[in-house]
Amino acid sequence: MSRRLLRGAAWLGFGLFFLFPLYAMADFSTRNLLAGGRTLRAWANLVVDDALYQAIVVSLALSALTVIAMLVLLVPTLIWVRLRAPWAKGLVEFLCLLPLTIPALVIVVGLRNVYLWVTYFLGESALTLTFVYIVVVLPFAYRALDAALAAIDLRTLAEAARSLGAGWTTTILRVVVPNIWPGILSAAFISIAVVLGEYTIASLSGYQTLQVEIVAIGKSDGPTSVAASLAVLVFGFALLLALSLATRGRRRRLTTGVTE
Amino acid sequence: MSALSLRRVRDALPLLPFLAVVVVFLLIPTVTVIVNAFVDDGGFSLARIEALFSPTALSALGKSVLLSGSTALIGAVFGAVLAWLVIDSPPESMLRRAVLSVCSVLAQFGGVALAFAFLATVGLNGVLTLWVQHLFGFNLAGSGWLYSVSGLILVYTYFQIPLMVIVFVPALEGLRDQWREAAFSLGASRWQYFREVAVPLLTPAFLGSALLLFANAFAAYATAAALVSQGSPIVPLLIRAALTSEMVLGQSGFAYALALEMIVVVAVVMIAYNALVRRTARWLR
Repeated sequence: MSRRLLRGAAWLGFGLFFLFPLYAMADFSTRNLLAGGRTLRAWANLVVDDALYQAIVVSLALSALTVIAMLVLLVPTLIWVRLRAPWAKGLVEFLCLLPLTIPALVIVVGLRNVYLWVTYFLGESALTLTFVYIVVVLPFAYRALDAALAAIDLRTLAEAARSLGAGWTTTILRVVVPNIWPGILSAAFISIAVVLGEYTIASLSGYQTLQVEIVAIGKSDGPTSVAASLAVLVFGFALLLALSLATRGRRRRLTTGVTE
Repeated sequence: MSALSLRRVRDALPLLPFLAVVVVFLLIPTVTVIVNAFVDDGGFSLARIEALFSPTALSALGKSVLLSGSTALIGAVFGAVLAWLVIDSPPESMLRRAVLSVCSVLAQFGGVALAFAFLATVGLNGVLTLWVQHLFGFNLAGSGWLYSVSGLILVYTYFQIPLMVIVFVPALEGLRDQWREAAFSLGASRWQYFREVAVPLLTPAFLGSALLLFANAFAAYATAAALVSQGSPIVPLLIRAALTSEMVLGQSGFAYALALEMIVVVAVVMIAYNALVRRTARWLR
């Protein structure tokens, strides 16, 4: 009995500590400071405020570009490493996980010369951040994709497809990709969440992404920044929860498939 | 050139795009930082490294270590407790999914949003501040502590505890039911099982996770940058100051030395972390 009481108290404590600030954000962002009562002005600003809306569009475009580029770059590489270049497995894994050890702040300090070239070729656009963001999402994407590839019999699938006359592109797109779909989905969702939440590199490179704009607005209009912050957190939560539910059935099927 | 090595070169070609992106956008920036920390006016120089031992830089390093160390400790202890609670609920339950999703969001993607969460809670016009003011007539946000290191400690625990949950849950899941059953059938009490079996098995994972939390807090930038707009109490904010004002203060290049300092601290901590993880991996499979 006392054990259950203790556990209940612990849940309550953690619940309060983690949920109260979120509740406070909802309360704070709907407060009408001038007339009292409630207002949705701050939430309307997400669309009405031009600078904020533009920044949201830029961040969404960035996350889409990053996901596409990351998948195009990483999926064939990981498949190739497993099939034809197993000697490179250690190297690729090391490089993929390296961004966990080299902070984004360090990358942005050393990035200036590289970006002089990037903007020289591609012009001044916030979308050029895609390149660095591929590196930033690499560890998360690698783990998801590598786990999915490890759960299927890649060699047999690829050999069967190849012996039936499929080229590499067809093998990857029509045979391997449908089988690692949960991994691709989770790599994509996590990458979207990372890019939408990224502030360090964007702000120190001087680009107006969503997070940079949230901080800029916060200096004059707190409620709008709080509303945008809460929106990002809730969106990220919805994304990850959906992912957790969507991959549930699949994962079980995959693991039983392997043990058979 | 033998046929074998020719084949090897051919097999390596498809890896080139991946390697190119990693080299250009990860390795070159890192090498740039390391080289430029030792260069001044075009030649080798220790001037930038020496600047790391100025009172400003040393004080920032001290506060960064204090902030990272205390939040790693708080995060590890409370995170381990929360992870234990999460493990007790069934794996497919909605509660477990929701808690892990929240933890994942707060630990990895929160950044700026967490700063605003606490501004809305205990800032000048925060919800809790107003409640306490109304009920007890006491100003919770007084003296602006939220914008100093003590404020950062509070806000950092808000992402350190969730990170601990994420890295510690797999270690707890590695504790097999058979071990507990074996202990109980040999007559151990709950407390004995905990002290003699669970704690020794989990100690490397716990220490490793605490190190990961330390590195995470030491390198974190977004939350602190959004919260503290004036002054540079910790290393990441000092890097911001050196980057944004280098033209004005003639501090050009100081950011490189500070970034190198960050690489060294994080690398040392992560090497220790990897050693501990390898110890855990022995029984976790």
